[in-house]
This record gives sequence, structure tokens and C-alpha cells, in this order.
Amino acid sequence: MKNRPELSLHIPEPASRPGGEPDFTALPLQDAGEQRCPDTLAPESELRDMPYGLVRVLDDEGKAVGPWAPDLPADHLLKGLEAMVLTRIFDDRLFRANRQGKTSFYMKSSGEEAIGAAHSLCLGERDMCFPTYRLLSWLMARDYPIVALCNQIFSNAKDPLEGRQMPVLYSAREYGFYSISGNLGSRLGHAVGWAMASAYRHDDSIAIGYVGEGTTAEGNVHEALTFAAVYRAPVILCVTNNQWAISSYSGIAGGDRTTFAAKALAYGLPGLRVDGNDFLAIHAATKWARERALGNKGATLIELVTYRQAAHSSSDDPTRYRPKDEAEAFPLGDPIDRLKQHLIVRGDLTEDAYEALHSDCEKRVREALREAEAIGTLGQSKPSVKAMFEQVFKEPDWRLIEQRREAGY
Amino acid sequence: MSAMNMVQALNSALDVKLGEDPDIMIFGEDVGYFGGVFRVTDKLQEKHGLTRCFDTPISEGGIVATAIGMGAYGLRPVVEIQFADYILPAFDQLVSEAARLRYRSNGEFWAPITVRVPYGGGIFGGQTHSQSPEALFTHVTGLKSVIPSNPYDAKGLLISAIEEDDPVIFFEPKRLYNGLFEGRPDDPVKPWKNHPLAEVPEDIYRVPLGKARMIREGEAVTVLAYGTMVHVALSAIEECGIDAELLDLRSLVPLDIDAIVESVQKTGRCVIVHEASRFAGFGGELSSLVQERCFYHLRAPIERVTGWDTPYPHAFEWDYFPGPKRIIDALQRTQEV
Ligand SMILES: Cc1ncc(C[n+]2csc(CCOP(=O)(O)OP(=O)(O)O)c2C)c(N)n1
Repeated sequence: MKNRPELSLHIPEPASRPGGEPDFTALPLQDAGEQRCPDTLAPESELRDMPYGLVRVLDDEGKAVGPWAPDLPADHLLKGLEAMVLTRIFDDRLFRANRQGKTSFYMKSSGEEAIGAAHSLCLGERDMCFPTYRLLSWLMARDYPIVALCNQIFSNAKDPLEGRQMPVLYSAREYGFYSISGNLGSRLGHAVGWAMASAYRHDDSIAIGYVGEGTTAEGNVHEALTFAAVYRAPVILCVTNNQWAISSYSGIAGGDRTTFAAKALAYGLPGLRVDGNDFLAIHAATKWARERALGNKGATLIELVTYRQAAHSSSDDPTRYRPKDEAEAFPLGDPIDRLKQHLIVRGDLTEDAYEALHSDCEKRVREALREAEAIGTLGQSKPSVKAMFEQVFKEPDWRLIEQRREAGY
Repeated sequence: MSAMNMVQALNSALDVKLGEDPDIMIFGEDVGYFGGVFRVTDKLQEKHGLTRCFDTPISEGGIVATAIGMGAYGLRPVVEIQFADYILPAFDQLVSEAARLRYRSNGEFWAPITVRVPYGGGIFGGQTHSQSPEALFTHVTGLKSVIPSNPYDAKGLLISAIEEDDPVIFFEPKRLYNGLFEGRPDDPVKPWKNHPLAEVPEDIYRVPLGKARMIREGEAVTVLAYGTMVHVALSAIEECGIDAELLDLRSLVPLDIDAIVESVQKTGRCVIVHEASRFAGFGGELSSLVQERCFYHLRAPIERVTGWDTPYPHAFEWDYFPGPKRIIDALQRTQEV
């Protein structure tokens, strides 16, 4: 008789499926203010508990508490709030535009707006962001022209990327925003290379790169972490853990076994786990990692715990794989509500002022949309087909010149 | 001027460029302290410092991704993939990222990187140390592919490649690293010393990308070759006595189409030689271009002499390798019509 159990194959399953009760009991949490704040230059060996905690600043009442509470002026916070509100409104309008056939595709960042906004405002003008498709609030916080976003999404005659990219795969060098590629995880190594170049040149700028928690399974990510650790690159590597990678829950990427921040441990990097719906916590953690990087102590891995409130993309229907009301049950709330409440508690915002901000943002998006629609939505206008043959090489070779002529341009 | 083999010429190119341009840095597996398994980066770390020439983790994807980021920042990294066979873990980075960065960002970012890859067979390296993967890259728009056949060109082309603002895959025929090779298994490699193209200036000079070299003028047939096959083809031509014209393409992208057309229109016949497998290989593209542009000048079918469509074998290396005999057969067939 065997005294061992038979082997059985384990396939992880989320706590609940459509029709079930949302259940986040397995998500390790900590109260606001509880996580310690180590010295930015502390040796990594003293930071190994950090990936298992959760950096939080805003408590349930909207007060900023604990050692991570940053000292930020009201206008900074209001700017962040505005970027987040603008992003949410823009997302809703453009998602609708997709349903109306005005664009082929759209991706929302709903629920994750605090991340891009806080990072954009926290990092320096010369720092470079290596984004994913859910970082629109980075551009909003830096006042990237909304109409240019619409033109890109509509692939119209004024598309800043000349019709070469899918909607939302922006590039905006002047705004510290690297070109987005469709290949998941492929740019994390570019962020490390950029940071290494900055260190090599004795510069004072850093890079920040992002992947979703699902993408942490890609080899690219482990390559980037290895290089970041080996060469002590001044880079912040972020995992935005929004719980879902299309229909696969975070456990499919290994999230049931340990935290994503804890991946840092094996590389000898500090890992911070941060409330990704808490603008202040994100800001403080990013500042911490930036100071560490500029202190020549190298890279930090930051997991931002958040929730993808909307569909993965305009081609996805999340009600088919997760409970409808899961977003409301997410224990870290909504990032816009939380920052708004904090500003009200501080006395820097009133409900009326918020309503005014909201309708001003709506107006700006409406106007930009109108302007872009006048130029054309998908298929109504497009950049010159000549542009299709440009920017392949610095100078076109004979093939491109001949083929452009053959195509009639 | 001094006589150099290809390894020394490549080393010299890297050395002078490191000396001239602080934005250049070299990295790859074992390239730093040790100077690379083929010694191409020998003494560069000692001479130029740790940050200019350094070792990397065994991670081809990581090497190329890092180089792209550095290139986007404004440096000009030159990276080594230890054997061309191991470029595949970096394939996604080269194809999806380096090749398209300029295009997809509408010129906001680009990757001025050079990826050096020792390639090719004839060294009993088996499947994993012998491949010629150039066609995988020539098919990808946005990458340039360069292949020298002698020390002089190797240095001049590498300098041009490093100065390019577009990503370049620089294929180094490892069978030619130390000397001439005429394609027979029992041939010893002859040192480069007594070859005119081993006379290499010590300073910076450039061989432009996209210009073929006329190795031998002739009237009877045009032979298109690159890398090791230039020397194998030359010995075949000399042996059979057919008055063939031999062009060393030197770069596949950009391709010197004018030189090819001019030569084939003159001779009316064309034999294409490469080491890589035949099906969908670069020879197919050359053949099609010649057919499109020289059809009314052709007096015989275009011939391809290539590796077979099998993985690169070990024991059968010399059955696989397109040696002089197969080239002579093809040359003769073109003369029979
Ligand atoms: C290399 C690669 N594989 C697959 C895809 C298809 N794909 C696009 S998004 C996605 C899920 C990504 O999930 P995650 O990393 O968690 O990011 P999130 O969308 O949740 O922000 C997949 C599988 C892709 N774009 N690239």
C-alpha cells in the first residue's frame, strides 16, 4: 500500500466566477500607515520584509497617515486628481466611440488612473517612462494635447504616428513617454538599457518601466530584472497588479504563491508592494525608489495593487469570467474617490469645486473629440499613404522608393 | 597598414571606434575580461575600461533589449551574440522592437545598435554552431544585414555599421576569421597574411553599406556570393576555367541591386551561392530580383547552390556544405544552354 497521495495536477482557479460572490480574502492587505518606511539608501538586506507588506497612506476616512505620508502641496494633488478625472472621462467617451465604429479598438485604464498620474507628477521631466497601454494618465498629467490622442485613436489625417500604430499605442518623447509596442513585456529591458545609458553618461535622469502582473511570466521580464540587478541600473520596474490578465486571474501568473513584489528578492533588489489606488502612497513609494536610484543604489521593483474595473479592451466581455460586481468589492476602493475625499478632508476641495472640475474635463474631452472627428474618424480620413513607406529606415533604400512609386505615391 | 586577419581587423574597428566616440560601448557574453570566445574584443576592456566593454548575463534577449534602450537614449551599443545560432532568444527584440521602433514612433525613437554574430559552417560545429540565419533577418524590414568576406571589408563595414542610425545585424563568417578557405574539407585554412585584402589601415576608414565588391570580372556568367562562399566560389571558378564574374554582395540589406543587374545583363547568366538552406533562403530573393530585372538578358536558367533543406548536420557537414564541386556543376550547366 502506498502511504503517499497520488499526484494530481493543480490548475489554479480564482476565488469566484460569474454569479458568485466577489472574494478578496486571499489578497494580503495591511492598514494605512502600518508599513514601515526605511531609509532610501538602506541596504537591500534590510528591506526583505517590504514585498510582503503594503504601503498605504490614505485611510478609510481620507486622512493621510503613517510614515509614508508625503508632504505634497494642494495644487500638486489637484493636478493629479484632474489628470485622473480627465483620463476616466476620456476612456468612457472613446470606448463609446469604439462602439459607434469610430475606431477599431480601445483600452481603458479605469481603476488604475492613480498610477500614471502620480508617476508623471513625481518623476522628473527628463526621466523616461516605458509605458503599457494603461498609462494614459501619465500623458494627461503632463498636459499632452487631448486632440492628438483622439487623432491617434482615429488614425486620421492628423494622427501624430501617421497611421502606423493601433489605437492607444502612443509615443510622446517630449512628454517622457516611450513608444508602446504590442509585444507584452518587451520594453522592460529597454527601460533598463536607458537607465544604464544614463548611468554611463553620469546623467541624473532615471527610467521607469511597466508590465501587468500577467506579463511577469514573460522571459523578457526576468531578463530585464537580471540586467537591472547586475548593473545596478537607475530604474524603477513596476508591476501593475490589476488582478486580471484578460480572463486569467493573477494566480495564473503565480500570484497565489507569493506577491509580485517578492519576485525582487531573488534578484537582490528591493521590492515594494504599494496600494495602487492610493495616489499618495504611489507618489511616496516612487519618490523613495527614485531617490534610491539617484543615490546610485540601483533598481527597485514596485508592485502596484489595483483593480482593472473595465473590460480588458473593447474586444473583451469581463462578465463572462468574473463576478459583475467584483470592482465594487475590491478592498482598496476607487482611486479617484479616494483622492477626492482626501482633498475634501484637507479642505482643499469642495463637492462643488469637484463638480466644476468634472464638467470642465468633460467639456475639454468633448471639444477635443469634436475637433478630431472633424478631421475624421477611422476610415474617413487618413495620413498620406506615402507615410506608410517612411521611417522604416533613416533613409529609404531602393526597395521602399520603388514600392512607394509602385503603390502610386 | 598592416597585415591582419579578420579577427584582428574587427578588433581594430572596435578599438578605433571606442577611442573616437564615448557613446560606443561593447557588451555580450564573455566579451569583457576574456575578450570574447573568438577573441574579437581582446584587450578592449583593458584598454578602454570596464564600462566600455563588459560581460553580460547569458541572455540574448536581455542583451538586445538593453542595447535598444541604450540606443534610444543616445548611445551606440555594439553587442555580440556568441554564435548566430543563439540569436533566436533575441529574435523578438530584433524583429518586434529594434526593427520597428523608428516606424512606430514616427521617428521619435530609434535603435542605432550593431549586433555582431559569428555565423556559418565548415567548423564541425553541428546544428548549434554552424547556421546562417541571414534570411530570417533580411525578411524583416527595418533591419540591415551586413556580411564581410575579408579583413579589409570587415573593418570598414563594421565601422559603417556602428555609425548607422538603423539597427544592423553584422554577420561574421567564422570560418574566415583566421584565414582563407576554399571550401574543401581537407583544405587547411590559409593565413590571411599574403592576401591583398588583409592589408588593413590602422585608422578609421569606411566601406559603405550597400555596395558590392567586384572580385573578378568575366563574361560568361555572374556569380553572386557573400561571406565564406565568396572564396569557395572563387576557387570553383579558377578550377573550372569558366570566365565568370564574381560579385561579393557585402550587404544584403541594403542590397546593391545596380551592380547585380549590370553584371547579369552583361553575362546573361547567373549562379547564386550561399551556405544557408535553399527553401525561402536569400538566394530565392536574389533569383527573383534577377528574373524581374534581367529576364530579357538571361540565356540560361538561374542556378542556386546552397545548403540543403535539412538542419545543419555534424557528420555530414561536407555533404551539406556547398563546396566547389557543386558550384562548378552549376557553372557548367549555365554554359550548356
Ligand atoms: C507577447 C504577447 N503575448 C500575448 C499578447 C496578447 N495580450 C495582450 S494583453 C494580454 C494580457 C496582459 O495582462 P497583464 O500583463 O496582466 O496586463 P493588463 O492587461 O491586465 O493591464 C495578452 C495576453 C501580447 N500582446 N503580447
